[in-house]
Amino acid sequence: MNRITEKRQLSDNVFTMKIEAPLIARERRAGQFIILMVDQETGERIPLTIADADPDEGTIRIIFQTVGATTMKLSHLEVGDSLAAVLGPLGRPTDIRGENGEKPGHVVCVGGGIGVAPMHPIAQALKAAGNRVTIIMGARNKSLFVMEDEMRKIAGDDLILMTDDGSSGRKGLVTEPLKELCEAGGVDEVITIGPPIMMKFCALATKPYGVKTVASLNTIMIDGTGMCGGCRVSVGGKTKFVCVDGPEFDAHQVDWDLMMKRMGAFKPQETVARDHACNLFKGIQTR
Amino acid sequence: MTTKERMAIEPQAMPEQDPKVRARNMNEVALGYTPEMAMREASRCMQCPTKPCMQGCPVAIDIPGFLAKAAAGDFEGALAVIRKTSLLPAVCGRVCPQEKQCQKFCTMGKLLKDVDKAVAIGRVERFVADLAREKGASREAEASKASGAPRHRVAIIGSGPASITCAADCARAGHDVTVFEAFHKAGGVLVYGIPEFRLPKAIVQSEIDALKSLGVKFEMNYVVGRTRKIGDFIEKDGFDAVFIGTGAGLPKFMDIEGENLVGVFSANEYLTRANLMKAYDEGGHDTPFWHGKRVAVLGGGNVAMDASRMALRLGAEKVYLIYRRSEAEMPARREEILHAKEEGVEFLVLQNAKRVLGDDQGRVSALECLKYELGEPDASGRRSPVAIPGSEFTLDVDTVVVAVGNTSNPLIPATTAGLEVNRRGNITVDPETNMTSIPGVFAGGDIVLGAATVILAMGEGRRAAAGINAYIAKKGA
Repeated sequence: MNRITEKRQLSDNVFTMKIEAPLIARERRAGQFIILMVDQETGERIPLTIADADPDEGTIRIIFQTVGATTMKLSHLEVGDSLAAVLGPLGRPTDIRGENGEKPGHVVCVGGGIGVAPMHPIAQALKAAGNRVTIIMGARNKSLFVMEDEMRKIAGDDLILMTDDGSSGRKGLVTEPLKELCEAGGVDEVITIGPPIMMKFCALATKPYGVKTVASLNTIMIDGTGMCGGCRVSVGGKTKFVCVDGPEFDAHQVDWDLMMKRMGAFKPQETVARDHACNLFKGIQTR
Repeated sequence: MTTKERMAIEPQAMPEQDPKVRARNMNEVALGYTPEMAMREASRCMQCPTKPCMQGCPVAIDIPGFLAKAAAGDFEGALAVIRKTSLLPAVCGRVCPQEKQCQKFCTMGKLLKDVDKAVAIGRVERFVADLAREKGASREAEASKASGAPRHRVAIIGSGPASITCAADCARAGHDVTVFEAFHKAGGVLVYGIPEFRLPKAIVQSEIDALKSLGVKFEMNYVVGRTRKIGDFIEKDGFDAVFIGTGAGLPKFMDIEGENLVGVFSANEYLTRANLMKAYDEGGHDTPFWHGKRVAVLGGGNVAMDASRMALRLGAEKVYLIYRRSEAEMPARREEILHAKEEGVEFLVLQNAKRVLGDDQGRVSALECLKYELGEPDASGRRSPVAIPGSEFTLDVDTVVVAVGNTSNPLIPATTAGLEVNRRGNITVDPETNMTSIPGVFAGGDIVLGAATVILAMGEGRRAAAGINAYIAKKGA
């Protein structure tokens, strides 16, 4: 079950894997995610986004960055190894403009870092529904872009690359071209996925123009079915569960500062666990 | 033995770990009877011909029948009597609120004018079940009665008490049963919710193993409604019947200011981290735990007791249990209330949280509470708590655990066309067969009842299995 059939390292700490998960590959829709576990007995359950799926082959693709103990351990698995658990597809699928009676229009997708991965199926679906899709990708430098070719295939000339150091595309933040596009007019919807701080500033950028803006959140979860409530966020003053009410919400209504604080709830323990895992792989005995 | 002689037998106290010691370990609190104690306690039963205790049992166990056998030292015989109507005696002996069920009606308790002096039915039940398990007595691994005949397929969704019971009864009827569970371990609330110190996980595992020996298959990490829909089970996958036993898995919050601050948890999350994910074992388990030093638990049910006692075991220096009614109205089992108090949980009754205060990091720094008094009885028959204006006070805490109940999880109703629910979101069923509005789809346990007890869920699972078996028999004919 859940065998890894492909693995590639995309940059220093970013990896992509194909995992056997035939039911998820068949059922998943754009915007949905999974929860996985590396070890059955001692593992942690972490949510990860689905970058792509092949229902014929029965596989899903994930792209992840080694940020904690679990992603660190995951990065040390090889083709042929199996994961202890893969649960999904979770969350509500993206409401794709043009699929439910709305007229297709111009949708701007803003992906930061590996947030581009979950954006991929959404952008694909938007394109297929007849929208004009502009994609803004942001990263610290050129080597940190993921799925650039796939995104170019969807957006063509409407792909805008932004780097902090100017090593690819324009130098600057994703909010700059986003503001320009809103200023020029004709943007019907913005979807943003990436680090919370980036999503927060995307929301602030579009707010003055009154452009509908959707953010896909990736908070701390355990079960992913609404049972634990650990993923809850405040949206428009109401408590919402990312796992079952989301993961997508009106970005103008999300209490970003509170969400970022909640995501840091276990930071000290996570750092210890990650360093422990890291040392383990380096062969250093710490405990 | 005369009634007088029976009345003279001292009620057998349950040996327990010392409160100070156990408040810092995860081992089971109650240590269980010895065979002598079990026989002595069982012999207190007066064998009333009217069997009043049975009316208090949601699954109508023949209580005097099993106690008579236990009193005579025939523990296997006693267990066989229980097993006629109950599937999970080791679990129910531990978690049933006996003082509100069987023991409430016990004549011995009435004669001695104290429900706490009723025959300790649950403790004897637990003893005979534990003894059989420890002896490794192989559960009648009955072969399928319909072997050779075309087998009908039953899907069971969830693996808590209702599902375990339903799965066993359907398997015994000869059906091909598959259990679908969203978590990576089977047992539902018995593994993620109820702590090790109250219900050792080895007991739950032995129940799951017993199901496997009956031929029941388990599909783990499978969230019905997302991985596959109920309609697909019936229309495409060839299941003849489906049982929904997904429980009341959606935590209620208080809807007060500051409730989303860092350090505020639902009891579900707090307990799941500790129980299922074993987050307290920092050397070996990856899931992080929140180490509160001063913890406030909101609620008065078993889950609130579990959470407050877990907080102590995980190193809290001060644990407050805050309940807006008085102790008499607490829905928790009597024994859990006593255990929590013995271990050092401070009860603040007729008080309730008003808002959670946080620091500049968004972390809990204090809890503002209000004092209450009891007013007129409300719809539930309990006197309703009324806030006393101006009675605000502040507790210095770093953690708040909300244990004010669960509502039904909407995932399955939302993804199953034609499945009727009531206004509270509970699935509506035929009271005799537990069949839902969809033919062939049955439901039971907390998803039907709202948050209830293990034994009620078990009773529902049993009734639904009878409904399923009858439905399949009729369909097959």
